[in-house]
This record gives sequence, structure tokens and C-alpha cells, in this order.
Amino acid sequence: MTAASTAIAAQSALDVLGTRHAYVVFALLLCIGLYMMIANPNLVKKVIGLNLFQTAIFLLFIASAYVDGGAIPIVPSGGGGGPYVSPLPHVLVLTAIVVGVSLTAVALALCIRIYDEYGTLRVDTLRELLREEGSLPAGPGLPGSEPGRDGGDRDD
Amino acid sequence: MTDVLLPLSIAVPIVAATLPLALGLRYDEVGWPIAAVTTLGLVGSAAAVAFEVYTGGPFDHELGGFAPPIGIELVADELSAAVFLLVALVSAATLVLSRVIGPRGNAFHSAYLLLSGGLVGVSLTGDLFNLFVFLEIVGLTTYALIAADRSGASAYASLKYLVVGTVGASLYLVGVGYVFLATGTLNMADVSVQIVERASYTDPLVQAGFAFIAVGFALKIALFPVHTWQPDAYQRAPDAVTTLVAALVSTASAYALIRVTYSVFTVDFLAANDAIVTVILLVSGVSILAGSALAVMQSDLKRMFAYSSVAQFGMIVAAVGIADETALLGGIVHLVGHGLLKFGLFCGLALLAAGYGARRVEDLASLARDAPFASGALAVLGLALVGIPPSVGFLGKWYIALGAVRSAGATGGVVGVGIAAVILASTLFTLAYVARVIERLYFAGVERDPGTAVADGGSGDAAVPGTIPTAPLVVLVAAALVAVGLGFAGAAFETLLDPYLSEVFA
Repeated sequence: MTAASTAIAAQSALDVLGTRHAYVVFALLLCIGLYMMIANPNLVKKVIGLNLFQTAIFLLFIASAYVDGGAIPIVPSGGGGGPYVSPLPHVLVLTAIVVGVSLTAVALALCIRIYDEYGTLRVDTLRELLREEGSLPAGPGLPGSEPGRDGGDRDD
Repeated sequence: MTDVLLPLSIAVPIVAATLPLALGLRYDEVGWPIAAVTTLGLVGSAAAVAFEVYTGGPFDHELGGFAPPIGIELVADELSAAVFLLVALVSAATLVLSRVIGPRGNAFHSAYLLLSGGLVGVSLTGDLFNLFVFLEIVGLTTYALIAADRSGASAYASLKYLVVGTVGASLYLVGVGYVFLATGTLNMADVSVQIVERASYTDPLVQAGFAFIAVGFALKIALFPVHTWQPDAYQRAPDAVTTLVAALVSTASAYALIRVTYSVFTVDFLAANDAIVTVILLVSGVSILAGSALAVMQSDLKRMFAYSSVAQFGMIVAAVGIADETALLGGIVHLVGHGLLKFGLFCGLALLAAGYGARRVEDLASLARDAPFASGALAVLGLALVGIPPSVGFLGKWYIALGAVRSAGATGGVVGVGIAAVILASTLFTLAYVARVIERLYFAGVERDPGTAVADGGSGDAAVPGTIPTAPLVVLVAAALVAVGLGFAGAAFETLLDPYLSEVFA
């Protein structure tokens, strides 16, 4: 690697940041949402992470619809008058938002149910309570084996 | 005019889903009759569609009169008709079970009808984004149904499934977005053409799109590293819900994987991307082994068969990855057969749990003396799951293994032989846990006193302790008979699915 090629690589990275920043934000939001779902012990915050994850995807679709200098796609009678931004991804995102809202509603209803039952929304406390109650196996279903193998639910 | 049946089969259950809630304001037990009538209509519609497809060939319906690729189309071909028929029959059979052991509320029947409509939608749609919407309808209602008994543990299991399932569906949506960017269309048939014209099979965008879609489906199907939601969800859900969910929900996702892989990306895409195929085969191989091994270690019955699903779906996904005509035939047969077997097994377990409080393997001790028919059906279904011929379980596994060995012979690779070996090993594991169940049922040598039989008190069911209700028992025995009967239908499967397979591998 010469200094020149490093400079070119840095230049093209800057180009991506400058012209494709929406896609960079998409990737970042996706990762932040995923990280929140995995790392945050609070159930409601996991749901917020899920929302962030979905919002990132909305951004991907909306960014893909953008046309430089494009107008709102309302075609005057007789046609013509372009260029327009692509209307299809907007419609898709509208549907995806509806789906996302319903999912959030169900998720929050389940959170309320869990809070009513156990008085906590922290996953670690919750899992202890469930183990005491006998609802989660201590090991892989068989007593005396190594713990935490079967649940395997480190991911949420 | 048969094509009008396609939108009706999706719309009628979804519209009918509002009725139990609306009429429930005035009448109490109105949900079951509405669900029963709708589902019977669905069975009739599925039979008509299947008859039309298998005698007259595939047909489609343009929604709203907008021609594809701009409009959304619903397609019934040999593959989707088989899944549609399975969905309709299993939904109807589950109603017989849920009437006896619950849940019986109007809300349950609303969610049940929404789920049926969503599953039919998944099996019939010919549009990538429409598939996402139906997957989410299926997902949402499944989350609600799993928590239907309102216990804390089931709410936690359901929320866990919700987070994982939504990530899966969202990853699928990202993949669809990438494919849309590469091809500019969402219609499945059109995408398969445009991938070649506007992009190529080795275009990074198309490859990344497929990777996202495959990972998303892996989460929904519950393949090994990302299967962790499934055992909890199946175990905590009310028994009738487990029966429905285990038979159909992951099956619908696996169907969608086959559909997207072969009808959208096509077999040429797999041929052009060895790395992707290797990863699919590796993951499914590990899934087959790990699922079987974990199932052997369980003593809770529902959890045991939940892990068994991880292994069986591993085989179906392996069949997708092998990309051989015989293997794909096996994958489709196993997809339908596994749905039927899991319906029967969970139905049998639900009946034994309702009648005798049997939830763990040791609770089954000598139950065959008190419940000979239910135990017999359970044993037959279990052996069919192992793959003892003649049974539908044997047929599916046989074709997948045969296809794997044949593709290994054609390319000289060891992967195919490896998959066949893994399937054989998993069969032995399956025998290990099914044999434990059968041994407890028949040879535990415990004298049972009918007076001490425990009823499952939690869900407030009307089943009399110490008996097995007749109507679901008939359904269970019928499921066992069909599972055995389909074992003789290998030639019929080949003939019926041949048009689809030869089109895909053209």
C-alpha cells in the first residue's frame, strides 16, 4: 500500500459518506437497533431497539426512492413534467409502518402482562423469577447438566 | 372462475375474524361456529383449487384487475396448492381439538381466523412485499395466540418469539429492498427475469439480498443457532395453539424459503454462488444434528418435539441447498408430511395432557392401558417421524437423502454424502427419543388407578379427567392413518409435483 492508494481509498470513503450518507445511516441504525435488542436488559428498551431496527429499513426504502431534483409524483393531466421521485417505496414503507405499529402494540401489551405478573421488566431478574417458578429449566431440561445451555436465550 | 377462489380464501377468513369480536359484544360463545363455518369453506376452496391445479395446471389471479408486474398477483401452482391444502385441513382439524380442550374465547377465534387467512396468503402470493405483509400477519397472530392463556411464562415466551420473529421478518424486508434496488420490481416471476437482465447472479446486491432473505427465514423457521425462541413458545402456548403453530407457522416460512429460492432467485443463482450453498448446507446440517441431540435431552414432551422440529426443518432447508430435483421433491414432501406429523403428535400430547395430566415423559407411564387409541396413534406418528416405512416421514427423508447422494455423485463433492450421513444420524437420534415415549407408554409396568388421574386445571378445560374425548381422538387417529397412507403415495407425489419441479429445474 503506497501513500497514494491510501489517499484514494480515503477519498472514496469520503465520497460514500458525502453522497450515500442515507445508506450509511441505515447501516448504523440497523446495528444500533440490533445491539439494543441484544445488550439491553430492559424489555421495553428491547422493543425500542426493535423499532429503531425497523426505522432503519424504512430509511433504506425512502432513500432508494430519492431522485436528484425529483418532484412529488403527482402527474398532471396529459402527462409529462418529470422527473419524479419513485412513489412505490413510499407506499411500501407506509404498509411497513402499519405492520411495525401493530407489532409494537402487541409487544407492549406483552410487557404489561409480564410486569403485572412478575413486577419487573429486567430480563435477568425475570429469568431468575421464572427459574424459581419452574417455568424455565435450570439446565437443558435434565437436572444436573450444565446450566444455560438449553435456554440459549442470550440473544434477547 | 376458479381464480376468484384465491383472493376469497385470503379475504374471507380475515374479514370473518372481525365477527367473533363484534358479535361477542352480544353473544357469548359465538366464536367457534363462525370459525368452523369459515374453515370448512376454506377446506372446500382448497380442495377446489388443488383439483384445478393438479388437473388443469397452475393459474393466477390479478388483484384489483391490475396486471403484473405492477399489480399484485396470487398464484396457485403445484407447490402452493399442496401447502394451501395442508393449511386448510390442519386449521379445520385444530378447531375440533380446541372445542374440547380450549381456548374457547371469542378473541381466540378471531386470532385463529386471522392466522388462517395469513397462512393462506403466504402460500398463494406471487409478490415479494405482499409475502412480507402476510408473514407479519401470521407472526402477529401467532404471538397473540401463544400468550392466549394469559400466564406470565407464556407472555415471556411470546415476547421472545416476537423480538426474534420481527428481526427475521425485517431482515427479509431488507433483502427484498436490496433485490428491489437491483431489479426495480417486486413481482416474483418478474424479479426472476429482471435479475438476469438488469443485474447478474453474482451481483453483490443480489447476493446480499439473498443472504438477508435466507437469514430472515432461518430465524422464522428456527434453524439451529437462532432456534431458541421455538422450544419456549411451543412449550408455553396453550395445547391447541401449539398444535396449530407447530404444524403450520414454521412450515409457511419454510415454504416461503423454497418459493423465494427457486421461483425468484432460481436454481441458476445457487449454481453461480457456491459459497452461499455451502453455508446453507452447513447450517442445515448442524441444525439437523443439534436439534435431534437437544430433543433427546428433553423430558418435557412438548419441548422434545419442539427441538425435533428444529432438526426436521434442517432437513427441508438442506433439500433447498442441495438443489437437486429429487432432493427438492423430498423437501416438499417432508414439508407437508412434517406439518401433518407434528399436528398429530401435538394433538395426541394435548389429549393425553387434558385427560391424564401427562406433560413429561415419565407421566406417560403405562398410559396405553387407559388410552389405547390415543397412545397407539401417538406411537404410529412417532415412528413415522423416525422414518419407518411405510410413512410420509420415510418418504420425505428418503428423497432428500437420495437427492443428496445423487448430487454428490454428479459433482464428486463430499457435501451431499455428508448431508445423507447427517440425516441417518438424526434418524437414530429421533428413534432414541420416540422410543423413550413408546417405552413409557407401553412397557413402564405401572398399574394405573383411574381415580388418581390429574386433570390439567390451569386452562379451565371441560375434558373429563381420565378420559379422551371422542371427536379429537377420531381426528388424531385419522392423522395417524393419513401419515401411514401417504407413505404409499410416493409415485403420486412425484406425478403431482413433477410439473413444478421440471419448471424449476428447466
